[in-house]
Amino acid sequence: MLMTDRERLAGEIKALAEQHDNCRTALIPIVQEIKQKYRKLDDFAMQVIADQLGIHPVEVYSVVSFYAFLGSAAHGKYIIRLCRTISCDMQGKERVMRQMENDLGIRFGETTADGKFSLEWANCMGMCDQGPAMLVNERVYTRVTPERVHEILEECRRSFGVHATEQKEVYLV
Amino acid sequence: MSPTPVQETSSRAPKSQQSLTIARAAGGEAIGGTVTATINGQEVKVPLGTTILAAAEEIGVRIPTLCHHPDLCVAGVCRVCVVEVEGQRTLQAACAFPITSPIKVLTHTRKVRQSRRHVIDLLLSEHYGECYACGRNNNCELQALAKEYGVDFFRFGHPSKPKYEIDCSSYSVIRDNNKCVLCRRCVRTCIDLQEVGTIEVAGRSDKSYITTFKDKPLGSVVCINCGQCINRCPTGALRANDPTDDVWAAIDDPRKHVVIQTAPSPRAAIGECFGLEPGTPLTYELNTALRMCGFDRIFDTNFTADLTIIEEGTELILRLHKALVGKDAAIALPQFTSCSPGWVKYLEHFYAEYIPNLSSAKSPQQMFGAVIKTYYAEKHGIDPKDIVTVALMPCSAKKFECNRSEMDDSGFKDVDYGLTTRELAKMISEAGLELPKLSKSDFDAPFGTATGSGVIFGATGGVMEAALRTVIELVTGTKVESLFDKANIIPVRGFEGVKYVELPITDVGPVPDILKHLVPDWNWLKGATLKVAVAHGTANAKKVMEDIKAGGMFSECHFIEFMGCPGGCIGGGGQPIPTSPEIRSARARAIYAEDAAYDVRKSHENPDVLTIYQEFLTDGPCGRKSHKLLHTHYVPRGKYIE
Repeated sequence: MLMTDRERLAGEIKALAEQHDNCRTALIPIVQEIKQKYRKLDDFAMQVIADQLGIHPVEVYSVVSFYAFLGSAAHGKYIIRLCRTISCDMQGKERVMRQMENDLGIRFGETTADGKFSLEWANCMGMCDQGPAMLVNERVYTRVTPERVHEILEECRRSFGVHATEQKEVYLV
Repeated sequence: MSPTPVQETSSRAPKSQQSLTIARAAGGEAIGGTVTATINGQEVKVPLGTTILAAAEEIGVRIPTLCHHPDLCVAGVCRVCVVEVEGQRTLQAACAFPITSPIKVLTHTRKVRQSRRHVIDLLLSEHYGECYACGRNNNCELQALAKEYGVDFFRFGHPSKPKYEIDCSSYSVIRDNNKCVLCRRCVRTCIDLQEVGTIEVAGRSDKSYITTFKDKPLGSVVCINCGQCINRCPTGALRANDPTDDVWAAIDDPRKHVVIQTAPSPRAAIGECFGLEPGTPLTYELNTALRMCGFDRIFDTNFTADLTIIEEGTELILRLHKALVGKDAAIALPQFTSCSPGWVKYLEHFYAEYIPNLSSAKSPQQMFGAVIKTYYAEKHGIDPKDIVTVALMPCSAKKFECNRSEMDDSGFKDVDYGLTTRELAKMISEAGLELPKLSKSDFDAPFGTATGSGVIFGATGGVMEAALRTVIELVTGTKVESLFDKANIIPVRGFEGVKYVELPITDVGPVPDILKHLVPDWNWLKGATLKVAVAHGTANAKKVMEDIKAGGMFSECHFIEFMGCPGGCIGGGGQPIPTSPEIRSARARAIYAEDAAYDVRKSHENPDVLTIYQEFLTDGPCGRKSHKLLHTHYVPRGKYIE
């Protein structure tokens, strides 16, 4: 059967919502799941979610815009979130940041053209004693040095895309 | 009359956010008993769960509020109402503090006063604009608070530049976030009271702001233009799209023949803009004021309200005839009223599959526009292109309605401008008129005579009452007075969310002349029971629609009146600010009093209406000509937007 992308997306959201009894409290898990799969949450998806949960699209937008980790903009396969709070700052987050921007050719808040990496700032993730700390998707890296940045990025590259040399996606949940 | 099955407590808001006010029906003895609060040393016994705010009010202590509104659930976000509660470490918001045990409250200690002042100073540090360049000057709750707390400088600064662009995309509602104080009254109105869900808070903390879905312009998202948010906004952040400059320009232009029609609700409310008590009708003083402002003709919208009853009633009879006699299963029943443009757009968005149920008759405003630019123009030899029709309405959605692309059946834009009560009050003040002191004068011919039926269109249940008065008499041939005392059909009146009435038709009379060409006799209605319902506010409309969808009792109805705004037109989005249940019922009382004062109280007895069918709409109600001019079609809009 032929299906448009939208129909497929709507079907998926519907199934997800049904798993949660179409209850509005399931909003965040559904958004997380859709975001993880599609790496964005477009207008249509938000409206379908709202429809399924019996709330209004603007309420979904409200929640999504509230949480820094949700956001509706498109992002890369790997979202790298570097901690910008005081102790990570004192332990050299500035150098890590520059190294990442140089390596990827993008600034913080941007996504690489191949859709692999997004760079974002994060606030304290409780790793103050092991700073600078950062998150790659859901995996925490601590005591990151500019030298390690390259290694981490390579690891990501190896596990994703047409030139992937490793099949398993190491730190994708 | 049987009790309505709809649960009143089906608000979507979580329990914790629902109103904490507890009805004091049982002589002050509510469930759980009473509790004693000591406010500023004075004892007061209140039902368990009463807020400090309500308890204080009872002993005459006024606690200032901003985000609190009698129509809305508790928010507790503005912190203007903070008070000291013994035993509590921090100050508490009086509007959100239910009294559950004996407490001692102090409402104006130094700490409290200073905190309130700081809260106001902080609000002002984010509030852009100068009061004298604001439509809410002198009617602004923030301004009033600043005055009350003696704000004489901006402790935390005052924005020098606007932060947000003003959203003028809607025909009806203008949003200016620069004046917003984030009290979330509009959000609670839109989501909880009206259940439309157009606006919400986006972002977090100091970056939060009120917005539409994906920050799209208001004109392109799902908004029914009801303007309830405007009525509840404490500042000038929400306002109606004001055409008064254009109206003045038309008045000043000697080539233009400017005609205004006035709806019943603004007449019952405009006095509030001139310092009168709610519920003071100024119908005839208003006519004088309009003449003095320079309007060439003043007509009564009630005339087309009567016309609407004839057209809509005939449509109902035709539908019933086709369904009951013709056994036509394709006929959509129940028939829904279409006078409220907010409700119409709500249906187009959320229940587009029920558009066939919507009466094709236009709203009285649009009927009047079409009649003025055809019948009136013809009769008086005025070129319709020189006529400017203005409609005084209690409504912001009417501005959208008159701009709907299909509303040009006269060959011109049927209604040029929709004015709200507030805007007209402004025009009258601008003309230097002291409205309450003006002499009385009547409407102009040929649409001068109205009936009580037209007047009550302004209150919820009014359209239904008017329709029943006419339908009962036309079908049974007996006077309504024999069924209902003084033709007051009390069961459809009142502010209950959803009303349901059954009327058995035991006897039928002869078919009146006006309907002879449509039905041969009434025998097919003999023994039938007419089932009707009334819902006001789109949240109640939603309950009824969901019931119809599920095949419940309302799907068995024949005719349902829906009004977009709580209370009907008297609570419309163009009415004077503020609004509350008490103000709305005072306005409704004015409307029903005006109805009782009319000699002719039934639409089908209006002589002008009968004349227009003899002279102009010669093929009768729902005939070809009336279908062209007085009926319309609707657009399925759906709730998904691109």
